[in-house]
Formats: sequence, structure tokens, C-alpha cells
Amino acid sequence: MISHLRSLWLVFKHMFHKRETVQYPEEKPYLPPRWRGRIVLTRDPDGMERCVACYLCAAACPVDCISLQATEDENGRRYPEFFRINFSRCIFCGYCEDACPTYAIQLIPDFEMAEYDRQNLVYEKEHLLISGQGKYHGYNFYRVAGVDAGVKAKGAGEKEREPVDVRKLLP
Amino acid sequence: MSETWIHIIMVVLILLVLLTIAAGLIYVERRMLAVWQDRYGPNRTGPFGLLQVLADMVKIFFKEDWIPPFADKKVFIIAPTIVMMAVLMSFAVIPFTPHIGVVDLNIGVLFFLAMSSMGAYSVVLAGWSSNNKYSLLGGIRGSAQMISYEVFMGLSLMGVVILAGSFNLRDIVEAQRKIWFFIPQIVGFIIFFLAGLAETHRLPFDIPEAESELIAGYHSEYSGMKFGMFFVGEYLGITLISALVTTLYFGGWLGPHFLPPIVWFLIKMFAFILLFILIRATLPRPRYDQLMSLGWKVLLPLALLNLLVTGAVVLYWHL
Amino acid sequence: MNIIFYISAIIAVYCTLKAVLNKHAVHALLYLIVSLLAVAVIFFILGAPFLAALEVIIYAGAIMVLFVFVVMMLNRGEAAVQQEKAWLQFRTWIWPAVFVLLLFAEWLYILFHPSIGAGPAVQPQAISPQQVGEALFTRYLLGVEMAAMLLMAGIIGAYHIGKQKQRTYHRYLEEENRLQTPVSKHQTSELI
Repeated sequence: MISHLRSLWLVFKHMFHKRETVQYPEEKPYLPPRWRGRIVLTRDPDGMERCVACYLCAAACPVDCISLQATEDENGRRYPEFFRINFSRCIFCGYCEDACPTYAIQLIPDFEMAEYDRQNLVYEKEHLLISGQGKYHGYNFYRVAGVDAGVKAKGAGEKEREPVDVRKLLP
Repeated sequence: MSETWIHIIMVVLILLVLLTIAAGLIYVERRMLAVWQDRYGPNRTGPFGLLQVLADMVKIFFKEDWIPPFADKKVFIIAPTIVMMAVLMSFAVIPFTPHIGVVDLNIGVLFFLAMSSMGAYSVVLAGWSSNNKYSLLGGIRGSAQMISYEVFMGLSLMGVVILAGSFNLRDIVEAQRKIWFFIPQIVGFIIFFLAGLAETHRLPFDIPEAESELIAGYHSEYSGMKFGMFFVGEYLGITLISALVTTLYFGGWLGPHFLPPIVWFLIKMFAFILLFILIRATLPRPRYDQLMSLGWKVLLPLALLNLLVTGAVVLYWHL
Repeated sequence: MNIIFYISAIIAVYCTLKAVLNKHAVHALLYLIVSLLAVAVIFFILGAPFLAALEVIIYAGAIMVLFVFVVMMLNRGEAAVQQEKAWLQFRTWIWPAVFVLLLFAEWLYILFHPSIGAGPAVQPQAISPQQVGEALFTRYLLGVEMAAMLLMAGIIGAYHIGKQKQRTYHRYLEEENRLQTPVSKHQTSELI
């Protein structure tokens, strides 16, 4: 009986405590920069797509919500012909970001993506691509990669040696 | 003739005010529960979320009113009306002020007990007519709980009746001019309040509708306004028990003269309604057998003892 | 007042008939409750509000709930209705009807010959709860005491039935009980 009365009193005192609720639409919660929200495809400093369509993100995705098709432009630069993320399946685990070798796919702190029609949750490449570089500035895969895809000649990159001519490799 | 008309208008007004209070309690309860749990509660619809009541009402009126094909149709329809009628009839004997009240019945207390025993039927019949295991279990629990708690409720009331020397609620209030009855009848008050909690099956004792065990108990199959009747009936029950506690133990409309009697009555009543909600916010639900053994092994002897001691004291000192 | 009396009397008679004739047990009980309520109204009109309240509290409120409760628990369903239909034949009706008619005739005879009956009808006068209590504890004290004894017997019987030694309902628990020979009472109740 006494303990019941005490708990009644304790609950009553909660009237004067601070509210735990965040009044969401007016009062936004703080989201840290590495918060895992909506997925975007970023561009390199030259404004080209970073994605090289290696399929690693699609392979890493535990719910198979990413689908893409690789293709090449006339310079031999790989890029996705289409890149589709079904956000009604995405669980925002961030494995795709981990798997990405070129920092192309990134998760940003944005979660307000509710839709009335479920079909609208399937994002195509034009919805996913942003014009900036996302979290990793200055990184340009084709500048440090050993291939010539129209960005630089083979071996012209920084910290990159000239390609070895295998025909002259005799001792 | 004009007096009759005034009386009729007063009755209709009381009915309207009561239904408004009961509907408003839906909002008050949600809001207060939230306040005691460090939340805000409904605050989007209208100023302070006050229009939530309206929204809830509109929703409940426009829901599909479904009668399951396996139910006993007639009884299924009657059951929710019984609870509303029983509770609203009980309000007839409550004197809000010396002049506001529906009837001045000589057996007011007994009339209330009779009506609350009628209320048990709604639970039983709703549980049975739904033809559903959970409903039946809820109905059985509810009826057993309500019948047994009626016993202690009646017995705890008798102390007040002995002190006031009347079953008339007006006389009982008038008898409290010297001292409010909750001081000499503190045991009776506690028993009455607990029995009232069980009688309205409010949260610590909401075993007939325990959602973690019985889905929604006796009203699992109800929807639309039929469910709404049970819902509003429950809030009316809270109001009724609060009004009765006020009348029987806290001096009804009596109070210092700077406020009119009706205001005193409403203040006291709302304090008890808030206590009901606070208890809901605080206490967990006991097991069913714990509830029954609390009733029969603790409350019944206490109520009898209280009655005996009160009777002896009144006899000895000729109070 | 007369109109109210006749209305509630008609309701009481109709509902009692329905209670007898109805084939569905729960529906019949509901009719019986309504009939009890109508009788309570008649008591009220005749100047016995205390009795009316007790009728509603005890008969309509408590006892009938228990009846409904038991019928609910048994829940016989369609088969019981069929059986009831088979039993409610004209043949079974004849003798009860004859007896009731005889009683009715006697009643009518008394009604129209006041000299045989209790004399002129007494004017209804209100009886307060106090008067009822005084009558119970002075004139009818013996009856009250006997009723109390009967109730006491009921309570003792209920206690005896409820006190029966509880069995363990699971074979594993029984096994356990057999192994540990001296099982204290406390332990058994814990297991159950």
C-alpha cells in the first residue's frame, strides 16, 4: 500500500519533468554527418559520375534493393547504364557505402522520404545522382586509377609510374 | 406546468453535460497520461489538441459497424446499450447542488447499487454474444469481478449510510456539514474507491479487457459506435464513481462560500477523475486470482469490520 | 401511476411467458431478468422502494448474473435448442395449463368476493427502509436467523468444495513430487 502510494507520487512528480518528445516537424532532431539516411550517388571534382558500375554495392546489399547495369562510354570509362534503388526495401544498413571502392554511393542524413504511392519509392539514377561530392572531397577515381578513360593518359597520374612495356622487359 | 418544463430542461442539460464530460475525458485522459509519462499527448488538432475529441468522434461514427456472422445478433446489439443506460440512470440520483439533480430518491444509494449491478450484464452479454473465446473469457472475468466487488462496494457504503442515517444522497451531503465523511470513514472510502476501480474495470483492474492476454476482452468483436458505447460508458463510469465519492465522502457541493456549490462539486469530481487517470498511469495490472483474493480476503473483512465499528460507535454515542 | 402499473404488469407477464416458452436458454434468462425488473417497478409503485431496490440488486443483479454465467459456461449451442424444441410439445403443456387455469379461477373468485379474501384492498403506503429493518429484526427475527443459518451452510459447503486437495496437473510435476518424498504444502502450491 505504501509503495503504491509512493509510486503514485513519483509518477505525479513527472508532471514537472522535461518532456522527452521532440516536436518533430517544427523541431528537427540533430543528425550527425555520418547518419545513415537516403542513398545518393556522388560526382567527382570534375563533375563526372564516380560510380564505375562494379556491382559491389548490389552484391553487398542484404535486401537486394540495388540493381544496375554497367556500360562504357567511348573512352572506356565504366558507368552504370541505369542505377535503381528500391527504397521500400532498403534498410539503410550502409553496407553499400562500405563496399563502394570509389566513394560513389553514400548515405546522407536525410530520412524524410515518405510517399503516398509505393512505386514512387523506386529511385532511378537521375533521382539518386547529386551534383556534389558528398562526404569525400577531392577524390577522383579515374585520376588515381591505372586506366585511361579519358581523364588522364595511362601513367600520367600523380604518384603513378609510366606503364611498363612488356615487350622490352628482357634482362 | 412551468416547473415541470424547467425540470425537463435541467435533466436534458445534465445529460448533455455528462456526455460532453465523458467525451472530453477521452482527450483529458490521453493528455494527462502523456503528461505523467514525460510526453505531450495529442496536441496537433486545434489549440492544445482540443479538437482531438471531435476527430475521435467523427472517426468512431464513420467506422464500419460490423456484426460478426457468428454472433448472437440481438444480444450483441443490446449489450453495449445496457452499460450506457445503467450508468446514465445512476446519475439520476446524484445531487450536483441542492437544486440541480434529476430526482430526489429516498433510496438513492440502493438505486446506484442496483444500476451498477445491471452494468455487469453488459460485460457478460457482450462477452457471450460475441461467440469468441477471448470475449467469453473477458465476460466471465468481468462478471465475476463485478459481482464480487459490488458486495464490498455496498458494504463500504453502509458506514456512510449509518452515519448519515439515510439512503438519500442529499441527506448524506447535508450530514457532512460538520465533518466530511472521509475522515471517520477512511477505511470505507478506500474500499469504495478500490471497488469503484474494479466496477468500472479501470486500468489496474481492467482484467476483463486485458489487452496483453485477451486482445480487448469482452469487446473484441465490437466496432464503430457499438464499441464507442463501451468506451464512453467506461468514461461515464469514471465520472459516476468520482461524483459518488465526492457526494458520499467529500461533502458533495459543500465548501467555502466564495465559490458556488456546483463549482465545488465539479472541482472535487475532477480531482477524483484525475486520480483515476493517475492510478492508470502508475499501477500495473494484478493477476486475476490476486484481484479476487484481494477482494474476498482483504476488502470483505475490512468492510465488515468497518461496518461493525461504525455501527457500534453510532450506537454507543448516539451520534 | 395506474398506467405505469399496467404497463409494467403487461411487460412482466409477457416476459415471463417468453422466459418459459423461449427455446434458447440465454434468451429465456434475459426475458426473466426483464420480468424481474418489471416486478421491481411494480413494487416501487406499491410503496416499497426498498424492496424494489433489493429485487434489482439481488435477484436481477446478482443471482441472475450467476445463472447467465453458468448457462454461458455450458454453452450448449444449437443442439440444446433442438432438444428444447422436442420437449416443448402440446402434450407437455396440458396439465400445467390446467393447474394454472384452476389457480386463475380461484384468484378471480377471491377477487370478486372480498368477504372471502383479506377484505378491502389496503391503500398502498410507502414503507421506508427503516421500517423494513425494524420488522426484520423484531417480528421476523427467527426467520432472519434461519436464513442466516442456511447461508452459513452454503458458505461452509462452498468452502469445503473449494478446499479440495489440489492436484498437480502436469505429469512432470507429478514425477517431481513422487521423487522428493516429503513435499511441503508450500511447495505444492508453488508448483501449481
